[in-house]
Amino acid sequence: MTADNGFRATRRLVLQGAGLVALAGLGNVALDVAPAQAAAADKYPGKAFTLKGDTDAIQALYGKTTEASDKIALDVPEIAENGAVVPISATTTLANVTSIAFLVSENPNALAAYYQIPESTLPNVSNRVKMAKTTKVTAIVESGGKLYSATKEVKVTVGGCGG
Amino acid sequence: MASTIRVRAVSSGDITEVQALIQHPMDSGYVKDAKGQLIPPHFIDQLVFEHGGKNVLVANWGPAVAKDPYIKFSFKGAKKGDDLKISWVDNKGATDSTIAKIQ
Repeated sequence: MTADNGFRATRRLVLQGAGLVALAGLGNVALDVAPAQAAAADKYPGKAFTLKGDTDAIQALYGKTTEASDKIALDVPEIAENGAVVPISATTTLANVTSIAFLVSENPNALAAYYQIPESTLPNVSNRVKMAKTTKVTAIVESGGKLYSATKEVKVTVGGCGG
Repeated sequence: MASTIRVRAVSSGDITEVQALIQHPMDSGYVKDAKGQLIPPHFIDQLVFEHGGKNVLVANWGPAVAKDPYIKFSFKGAKKGDDLKISWVDNKGATDSTIAKIQ
């Protein structure tokens, strides 16, 4: 009998020990997840990036319409030999800019990039995008809650979205 | 592993100019490989530049951003020697970050 009890006690201790280890393991996982969530400060506007035309993408991103402005300088090449890498940039003299977006009309998804511009950042962004074929390129600047746009055409010799 | 992010941040007066180059395939999901199979989309969603605990630029990217993306922008309020933190996350949940000293 005594031997039996001793065995049971040991077994219980071992099980409790295993339980503690398992709990400690869970604790570590939870701690690892927390910083990742904290870092994602601004939500990614996933839906706007999946839409086909300019108008739909602008509507999904901002929920408003744009008006043309000559205060935006959109810098694009007149002819892009390689549609896979086309340097484009936008700068503006408008005040209180909160975002700049680039749209490529003829791409399968028109919205290429959307930059959130905090107060201390200058309204001037350069980047490189892909273009499927000769297309209109639009830069949209959000200034004081209103949307302004500038559009230029880029002739693309070899498309950058595959055949 | 070497970082995927190369950054150059140069301060002159009150303005810091940042240029960054990131190694990433940026597959759009529309390109076929040699066997005619579509290469699934794989691109950076969001790229964040942080200075002094505040975001100085949040880039939201779609698949139309070119392979090995390049970006240039400028911001105010930083000094030489300050840290600039850069981090990205892609549509498959992969992520990388680095800290650059402003020159």
